[in-house]
Amino acid sequence: MDWFYELWRELGEVFRGWIEAIFPDSAEGWITYLVLGFLSAFVLINLPMVLVPLLIYVERRLLGRFQNRVGPNRVGPFGILQPIADGIKIMTKEDIIPRGADKLVFTLAPVAVMAPALLMFTVIPFGNETFLTNLNVGILFIVAVTAVETIGVFMAGWASNNKYALFGAMRAVAQLVSYEIPLVISIMGVVLIAGSMVLNDIVAVQSSWPLILFQPLGFLIFFAAVSAELNRSPFDLTEAESEIIAGIHTEYSGVKFVMFLTAEGIALVGYSAVIATLYLSGWEGPGLPGYLWLLVKIFFIFGIFVWTRATLPRLRVDQVMTFAWKFLFPLSLLNAAITAVQVVVWSDGLPPWLIPVNFAIAIGLIAGLHKFVGFQGETREVVPGGAERLTAVSRPVAGGSE
Amino acid sequence: MTLKTEEVMVNIGPQHPSTHGVFRMRVTFDGEVVTDLEPVFGYLHRGTEKLAEERTYTQIITLTDRLDYLASMSNNLAYVLAAEKLAGIEPPERAMYIRVIMAELMRIASHCMALGFFINDLGALATPLMYMFREREKILDLFEMVCGARITYSYMRIGGVSGDLPPEFMPALTKFINEMPGYIDEYEALLRENEIIISRTKDMAILPPETAINASVSGPMLRASGVDWDLRKADPYEVYDRFEFDVPVGPTGDTYDRFLVRLEEMRESVRIVKQAMEQIPEGPFRAKAPALIRPPKGEAYAHVEAPKGELGFYLVSDGAISPYRCKIRAPSFINLTVLRELSIGWKLADLIVILGSVDINMGEVDR
Repeated sequence: MDWFYELWRELGEVFRGWIEAIFPDSAEGWITYLVLGFLSAFVLINLPMVLVPLLIYVERRLLGRFQNRVGPNRVGPFGILQPIADGIKIMTKEDIIPRGADKLVFTLAPVAVMAPALLMFTVIPFGNETFLTNLNVGILFIVAVTAVETIGVFMAGWASNNKYALFGAMRAVAQLVSYEIPLVISIMGVVLIAGSMVLNDIVAVQSSWPLILFQPLGFLIFFAAVSAELNRSPFDLTEAESEIIAGIHTEYSGVKFVMFLTAEGIALVGYSAVIATLYLSGWEGPGLPGYLWLLVKIFFIFGIFVWTRATLPRLRVDQVMTFAWKFLFPLSLLNAAITAVQVVVWSDGLPPWLIPVNFAIAIGLIAGLHKFVGFQGETREVVPGGAERLTAVSRPVAGGSE
Repeated sequence: MTLKTEEVMVNIGPQHPSTHGVFRMRVTFDGEVVTDLEPVFGYLHRGTEKLAEERTYTQIITLTDRLDYLASMSNNLAYVLAAEKLAGIEPPERAMYIRVIMAELMRIASHCMALGFFINDLGALATPLMYMFREREKILDLFEMVCGARITYSYMRIGGVSGDLPPEFMPALTKFINEMPGYIDEYEALLRENEIIISRTKDMAILPPETAINASVSGPMLRASGVDWDLRKADPYEVYDRFEFDVPVGPTGDTYDRFLVRLEEMRESVRIVKQAMEQIPEGPFRAKAPALIRPPKGEAYAHVEAPKGELGFYLVSDGAISPYRCKIRAPSFINLTVLRELSIGWKLADLIVILGSVDINMGEVDR
């Protein structure tokens, strides 16, 4: 399956030939660099852009199955063209800027949300040699860049001049800032084992065992924190439909709304790719080329996101914060500490028998903290006749026929 | 440094995804916390009570369908009972059994909707709601068999019902009644011990029994507060005194209890339908009554335990073909009066859940 890489290399050579023919002076080499850079950027931006409608389709079909209905099945074969029809429909809507809105901020907000999401893809490796940059602080870059999204969300909420949007923005800021912390600390476990923040090095460590086996606790924390970062259920407070209508999206329409939706989808694809890279050995796998393996893993993780979305109700805003600070934060610290000890003790690679041990530790810690923090429920019986029955009295109304 | 803060007034509704129709709440928020609430309604007012004064007694049945459109059979029953009391018509026994079966099936369907939308308000993306729609669909199919309609049945008549049960009804009902407990178990498995649901609803918005009685709250809301008051037991109408069933009563009166009481009531309704199916006699389904009823001068009040609470019809007759006055005691309208007391001090998200647990229906509130 090397034809794909060969194709790109060939194309690159052809372009280089063209450009060198147009600008024969060898001092113009930067133009070649620029054109090829634009080409890679084009591919990298359009990959998630194409994936998002596909994922929206998959999500709606899956939700349909979960909810005992069919899902979109009218436009195109199996309804696969539904997202495109929806896209056309939304984009042809009137672009409304509400009266009293801050026009500049209102217009900039979708861009501020979209750009960081796209930037994630610059460092995600799609194969051994397939990435835009092999940044030496790759994972840190992803976390830092996605944190910028918060600003865009708050811009949208503030500029809309809408109370629901403001509620959404306030919730978003509190939530996103809180969940950054367990997110980063849970990544520390992976970074400690890999000894590097370069994403390709992290993949290389997982050539024999995917890291989810050594880091079950870290994976769960990371997954929960990512759900919160992406405003996925049960942490979808920012756009809690039953409470604040659409949160920050309330006043947006037309292309701006599409940009918000796409940005969300792109962040989802990006974070699914990050989870796959950190814990499920990224692009590595037998048989298929790397980018296909990554795609398979992205879809798998996306499926889990849809599953939780279809199953769980939403937490309240204070419960979301409690969960972050009282539950995920100590757990992630413990996870980092335990991993650090393990990495020091077995400095030349973790032995496979640690896998069951780590799973046991994960279950023990979660159960223990669950009991300690008191984030728990108990059932209650509704007893028939539990209270004293009131005596039957007839109503003081005169009966007509009596 | 002191920060200047101010309270925000938000209009929740009349167009809002979870106000259960065109209901509006003028809410004052301190951050996310509700500090004041004023319910505003009347957006769906159709003047049912006044319209009833212009209709004959039989025609009014169609108006009652449109009150609580999720429980039309119960509305039919309450009105028909009042009219029968006024006109002194005694329905045959088979009709009474049919009415009880219909009313209890309606209760299951209505509680399905109440629970489904309640969970939806909690933020579960429609999955439990869709499951409950599935069972409601089966009940609607049964209703379609007996009267041809799926929402506005107008099945009951003064002195009986509009038609006898078709031959295919009983096997279908038996099948449904045998399946339903399994489905209720499914809801319970999905919802009852769900940690998020428990942490969102437990010990939240407690309605003390004294307040509930003072505010004249009725139905599952009252029973969740620990008051054992069910008109089917307290003032049995139709043939309810011949059935064995329990009245689920909640220990504390919080939102979780209101949720559990509705869940349990579905089981009890299944029990009642089962017994009614065994006891139902053969015979006429409708008493002899004139097409144009002219009740003697007087007044009558009849009430039933509708899914949402005590639904009462108060009719005054001046001897003409239409009532002089028709007053409807709408349970969800009266249950709504405690909304302010329940929700002050809770957060925006809780407010929506509390409203969902009250289980209002705007067709009935605005009438």
